[in-house]
Amino acid sequence: MSDTIPQVPHDPEASMYGPVTDWTTDFDHADPDYNRHAHEIWADLRETCPVAHTDRYGGTWLPVTHADVTRIAYDTEHFTSRSVVVSTAEQLAEAPIGGAPPITSDPPFHHHARRLLLPPFAPKQIDPWEDDVRSLCHELIDAMLEGMSDGVADDPDAGLTIDAAVQYAQHIPVNVIARMLGFPLEDADLFRGFVHDVLEGVNHDPAVRIAAFERLDAYLDVQIQDHVDNPRDDLTSFLMHSTIFDQPLSHEHVRGSIVLLLIAGIDTTWSAIGSSIWHLAGTPSDVQRLHAEPELWPTAIEEFLRAYAPVTMARMVAQDHDFNGCPMKKDEWVLLPFPAANLDPAEFERADEVLIDREVNRHAAFGLGIHRCLGSNLARLELRIAVETFVERFPEFELADPAAVRWSVGQIRGPRELPIKVLRRA
Amino acid sequence: MRIQIDSDKCQGHNRCYALAPELFDVDDYGSALVLNDGIVPAGLEDKARLAIANCPEFAIFEAD
Repeated sequence: MSDTIPQVPHDPEASMYGPVTDWTTDFDHADPDYNRHAHEIWADLRETCPVAHTDRYGGTWLPVTHADVTRIAYDTEHFTSRSVVVSTAEQLAEAPIGGAPPITSDPPFHHHARRLLLPPFAPKQIDPWEDDVRSLCHELIDAMLEGMSDGVADDPDAGLTIDAAVQYAQHIPVNVIARMLGFPLEDADLFRGFVHDVLEGVNHDPAVRIAAFERLDAYLDVQIQDHVDNPRDDLTSFLMHSTIFDQPLSHEHVRGSIVLLLIAGIDTTWSAIGSSIWHLAGTPSDVQRLHAEPELWPTAIEEFLRAYAPVTMARMVAQDHDFNGCPMKKDEWVLLPFPAANLDPAEFERADEVLIDREVNRHAAFGLGIHRCLGSNLARLELRIAVETFVERFPEFELADPAAVRWSVGQIRGPRELPIKVLRRA
Repeated sequence: MRIQIDSDKCQGHNRCYALAPELFDVDDYGSALVLNDGIVPAGLEDKARLAIANCPEFAIFEAD
């Protein structure tokens, strides 16, 4: 693919492709305007061009209807998962295992790599984390208040502006996955850096991108060695002692699965928590209703997942074929915007409205088919507890400055800066 | 009313178990199972229909 990439710009952290000129023929999901205006862009494409194409990244398709996204998610013959993040540098590991099994694996290998990881993420293994997650959320809020100027923490009527993304949402999934993997909690900033490199630095010079993957691998090699030297009961040890086809997992498989667990759970959950709080900050009637009818919480959380699904997956075209009249070529990328599918009026009544009592809600926030998000039970738990606790501690709040909200770039969509003015404290 | 799960379609989204734990359980892999051979106790029919309507994979259905 490298021969299709334009000349390397001077700033290695800058996009390799200039500004978007047209969202149907030259879109770029890593352009900051994409996530900022995603709902409008998808609605517009749904009317005018339901499968858009760009030459960027060596050729990328963007289907936006529920029917097309579903069809591709289920079609593992024409679409491979060997690389699931559209970028200037495809992960180098080959199918069927890929660089981060099982998300980058195809059938039939996928089944075995996934089955290995299902038990530790099954509901009955995840539910016991609820109290720990709730304590963590309270601690984060306590720390926020303690960090305020003298007297504010003790005076519930004192004005208070906090950043719900930076000071709250981002810490929750990092802390939980570090504990599950048995990694040092003080490396949280490092994890967020890795996640940023992998998921947001997608349009950088390929050499910069490959160097970032190498830094991540080197860090994980040290952590795996530490588990050899100091055995303990956690997910890293579990993987190191797992077998597949009666053989121990290769080092690359262990490390790749840890890459998946570390990368996949952080930005995604952080985004879902942030988007939900963003919605509530702009919709006080929903906050009031949740105070009055707390039994609505699980239904509301599913609606936030539908309306603000953070994750767009990707596939690569496995073989040349025609898809709804689109001539898809082998090794082109295909974005799978589950959030766009969730907003398709052909599938959902009043699709563009957020209805916290929407009882029938067959959303696809966690994907569809064999690659359903492995961590969905954990993500849901973190999301529900984080948003409930925020609303419990801050019964009234609003956006401090709507223009100051900064959205992520790339396939994971959510607020990265979210200044909130707290109007009342519990 | 009797419900069934197509285990080839179930991907472990866990929506049914969350919505109607009286009717569903999950195994060690997070895949859904029907309780009581899928026979829905009187009064829980609406919950069963809600679970059917929320399964992202269309894996739950009403048996004949």
